Amino acid sequence: MSTVGYGEETKERVGFFTDTSVCIGCKACEVACKEWNLVPEDGMVWTGESYDNTSELGANAWRHVAFVEQAEPIRWLMSSDVCKHCTHAACLDVCPTGALFRTEYGTVVVQEDVCNGCGYCVPACPFGVIDKRHLPRQDPPVLPLLTKEEDGRVWKCTLCYDRLKGGHEPACAKACPTDSIQFGPLEELRGRAEQRLEKLQADNWDGARLYGHDANDGVGGFGAFFLLLDEPEVYGLPPDPVATTHDLPGMWRTAAIATGALIAGVVAAFVGGSE
Amino acid sequence: MSTDARPRGATGAGTQMRSYYGRPVIKEPVWQREIPWYFFTGGLGGASSVLSLVARVSGNELLAQRSIQIASAADAVSPLLLISDLGRPERFLNMLRVFKVTSPMSVGSWILAYTSAASSVSAFLNTIGRLRRTADLARTAAAASGAPLAVYTATLISDTAIPVWHEARHELPFLFGSSAVASAGAASAIVVPPRDAGPARRMAVGGAIVENVVMKAMEKRLGMLGEPYRQSEAGKYGKLAKACSLGGAAVIGLGGRRSRLAAVAGGTLLLAGEAALRWSVFKAGFQSARDPKYTVIPQRERAGHGPSSRTLPSPRRSGNHG
Repeated sequence: MSTVGYGEETKERVGFFTDTSVCIGCKACEVACKEWNLVPEDGMVWTGESYDNTSELGANAWRHVAFVEQAEPIRWLMSSDVCKHCTHAACLDVCPTGALFRTEYGTVVVQEDVCNGCGYCVPACPFGVIDKRHLPRQDPPVLPLLTKEEDGRVWKCTLCYDRLKGGHEPACAKACPTDSIQFGPLEELRGRAEQRLEKLQADNWDGARLYGHDANDGVGGFGAFFLLLDEPEVYGLPPDPVATTHDLPGMWRTAAIATGALIAGVVAAFVGGSE
Repeated sequence: MSTDARPRGATGAGTQMRSYYGRPVIKEPVWQREIPWYFFTGGLGGASSVLSLVARVSGNELLAQRSIQIASAADAVSPLLLISDLGRPERFLNMLRVFKVTSPMSVGSWILAYTSAASSVSAFLNTIGRLRRTADLARTAAAASGAPLAVYTATLISDTAIPVWHEARHELPFLFGSSAVASAGAASAIVVPPRDAGPARRMAVGGAIVENVVMKAMEKRLGMLGEPYRQSEAGKYGKLAKACSLGGAAVIGLGGRRSRLAAVAGGTLLLAGEAALRWSVFKAGFQSARDPKYTVIPQRERAGHGPSSRTLPSPRRSGNHG
């Protein structure tokens, strides 16, 4: 990951290791996140999907605890999902305003005073993390004709950028009673995760795997990675996420060829005169 | 894309795709109806600028003037559509705060701002008949950026995690480009008398044919990911697009040379078809995002047990979960 731009202010890259094998589904992370980051309440729906009434990450849920009930053998999987703070972040790549940026900690954050709600980052994220907030706007309107009633900007986990600045760990990790959510320097967390996997492996846990620890995957490794007990899609996670900007040079080439073809097509239409 | 069959025993995946309560893995886009309309007006405006320049060079003054007027009108509507779709319209100028080649939307915002300025200057001067050389310079500028304006929107949607858009990245620019040529031809064929509208008619017919061929090839190559283009709303718009574009092209092509009425009717039908085509592609993206299978299955085929997840070699508690 590039550290260009911060010079001496560059900090060691930090992140989360979420070890789902010790998650007890208490949702303290969800609550602590909402409290600390003033993430607004967005209604209450009983989904009937185990204990999960949050359902997915979004503009108003930056931690989401998934509950998977399995019958054969009987077990209950719980996992606290969060923004992955990708090494190659598609949301950041495609943001046209520069509202999304890479912090000195290597995390990915939205500047809420810059975001104009174009929405490009929303379908760009291979995890469906970032989303537009449709709740009523809180700050005063600026220009009457050009102001909408809803918030209209995109929101997601900041890895508690403000807390990091103050030397504190993120609220979710602080609140987690079982250390399922571990915060720290990414390299250290990766080592710890390897050890944990070996331990589970020695104990013959079925399906234990690391997800997002590999710097060679489609997003260059996650800043917030996981130890899962089943395939990623069981938790609603993509099995092989890719930051599509990886293919952008080729896409620009295709666009250039198509542009040339368009011009050639128009010119060809003039062969044979005006009639 | 690899088609290797993946051993599915170890974690009990079976033949069915597994998901979290059938919920989508990725988010649907938050773009609203302004965006497919912008794909249409952007294509119409961009290709009309190119048409205007070539017409001017070839000495077809009437076609050159009418098409630059169409371009400037479309280029004036386009930014309004985009601003209206923003969550914070009052911050629209933030689009020009940076230039990022990694963001097709950033590149496109600059292209649109530039094309829009150039085509409006050229159309204005052309209409009042003053400063001909400045008008021509502006027309050349509008044509130079108009061509990429007509195509980049395809790159924009291809650079997302939406399966039917990203995997269609090899065809979409040609689809949008040919659709733009057809729109520009149809619009000019409507407002220019048949005697001077020959090139516009040929653009309309040629663009419509190419676009339908590209669409067919794209759906075929996409395999499973071609399904959303044929289903539900996207499928309905797709059928409408095909009928209107080919029908419009036939009317323009067969009758547009002699009859102004045929040119107007065929052109209108064709424009409707091009708008429907943009809507079809737009809706297909939403539909593919909504169903996790379009995200998960291609990734599974690509990755197998892939580098992103590591399983135990010999699980003790094997069996079928969930």
